[in-house]
Amino acid sequence: MKVLFFAALRETMGRSEIEIVLEAPTTVGALKSMIKLPNGETLNAVSRTQSIMAAVDQEMVDDLAMVSVASEVAFFPPVTGG
Amino acid sequence: MYRSILIQVEDFSLDAALAELKMQSGLAGGLCFFTGAVRNSNLDEAVGGLYLEHYPGMTERQLDQIVDEAARRWTLHGAMVVHRIGHLKPGDNIVLVAVSASHRGEAFDACEMIMDYLKTNATFWKKESIPDGYRWVEARSSDEAKATAWDA
Repeated sequence: MKVLFFAALRETMGRSEIEIVLEAPTTVGALKSMIKLPNGETLNAVSRTQSIMAAVDQEMVDDLAMVSVASEVAFFPPVTGG
Repeated sequence: MYRSILIQVEDFSLDAALAELKMQSGLAGGLCFFTGAVRNSNLDEAVGGLYLEHYPGMTERQLDQIVDEAARRWTLHGAMVVHRIGHLKPGDNIVLVAVSASHRGEAFDACEMIMDYLKTNATFWKKESIPDGYRWVEARSSDEAKATAWDA
């Protein structure tokens, strides 16, 4: 499955996209504890101090949402368009 | 109902948008246009320019859903949303929301709701250039309050 990062989070991660091989479906929250920043912190730890939003297959979701082995997941900061 | 949703690097023309909305959406008595432009300061610092990014595919779908919601609440003849991405300078156009309806009340309300939802729900992010370098713009709670007010 593919995980995308946008805006400030893309810069913190140092990349816009990673591939993760999931053995079985999981939750967005669980996925966040599998993803590590370059400094070793997990995305889950970061999300305790700053707001990180998530989308699964291009729909906004919360941490309890399910992620399938073929989902496109994205993490990003709160939006600031307009 | 006519609708057009565009995310583009290029500038847009208000004259062209007005002509398109009039031609495509029939005899609407009220046409309301909102344009947002790049400011030259933010949080007491000079802003030299903006970089805007979006989530290709998702953002287009979100804008479409926002227009759906406006069309559910009001009888609209047409709605157009144009949002620019990439590098922009102070004074440049960023966003256009244009709505046509039979009367002005519906056009004003729908235009404002689309804009309020776009600010808080659509996946766009701004990075601004300031004297010290760059910073990502942070979401404002006042924008969130404006958007949630429509749900009351």
